[in-house]
Amino acid sequence: MAVNRAKDGAPGFLTTRFEALLAWGRKYSIYPFTFATACCGIEVMGAFGTHYDLSRFGAEVVRFSPRQADMLLVAGTVNYKMAPVLKRIHDQMLEPKWVVAMGACAASGGFYNNYSVLQGIDKILPVDVYIPGCPPNPEGIIDAVVAIQKLLETGAPRAAERWPIKI
Amino acid sequence: MAEEKKSAVLETLVGKFGDDIVSTHSDFGDDTALVRRERIVEICTFLRDDPALRFDFAMDLTGVDYLGEEPRFEVVYHLYSLEKKHRVRIKTRVPEEDPVIDSVIPVWAGMDWYEREAYDMYGIVFRNHPNLKRILMYESFVGHPLRKDYPKARRQPTIGPDE
Repeated sequence: MAVNRAKDGAPGFLTTRFEALLAWGRKYSIYPFTFATACCGIEVMGAFGTHYDLSRFGAEVVRFSPRQADMLLVAGTVNYKMAPVLKRIHDQMLEPKWVVAMGACAASGGFYNNYSVLQGIDKILPVDVYIPGCPPNPEGIIDAVVAIQKLLETGAPRAAERWPIKI
Repeated sequence: MAEEKKSAVLETLVGKFGDDIVSTHSDFGDDTALVRRERIVEICTFLRDDPALRFDFAMDLTGVDYLGEEPRFEVVYHLYSLEKKHRVRIKTRVPEEDPVIDSVIPVWAGMDWYEREAYDMYGIVFRNHPNLKRILMYESFVGHPLRKDYPKARRQPTIGPDE
């Protein structure tokens, strides 16, 4: 390996390789945390089930503690009363973390244009990937995981780095 | 047979309270009485305790906003008698400038959360309610969202974790 041939005082090469190696490892071990509040949650179950089998993409270990998760999958309607709960869950997750807004409600409020529903979780959280649909089918979730893998692969900045939203 | 039984409820009510019952009807077989709000607790107590009526089951309480009419708000009580198997709907109007009505919790304890909901959504104040605060919306929410003049597009400030 390049490590053996490295000269003294040339760690830059090694650092780059290490990050690439780390990204490669992360890419296939994204631990999701599902925040399912509506019908999108049913599609999430389908995505993790045997037929669609999200574990083929390395994202099968669903964590039910945000402290152990990498990816927050917000599946469903989030209202103003729920918003601080979601924000706190996101705060409890360790860096690096990714946020997926699944479905019309999480992305924009959907057809709930009313007094109680948050008009998209990007009002309070930096969102990396949006999945369109009402609800999206399980392929959409797989597509989102692959999109996050691409972010890791290319080293593209996460939404949290691009949009430092403070509430 | 069923018609006679229903109108008997309204007849008993009118016979007892007279002019405090503003109007009655039995449209589509639903006995309905519009009553004066000052007497609501007495009327409800009578409906519950009278041996011929026995409305022991307060099924629902809700508000209505008739924007543009005077009085503006209406409080609707849906009552059922488990013993007599009959129903009645009591309505009472509440003006906008003084949206206050006596709580019927002393009559039916189960009306607690319904009255809180009507307060939350319409801003109708139930006098003598032991815990009249919002039930669906959060404490810092401003306004009453089911009022017809609440703007559809109004957004409330996003709240923090402790509110």
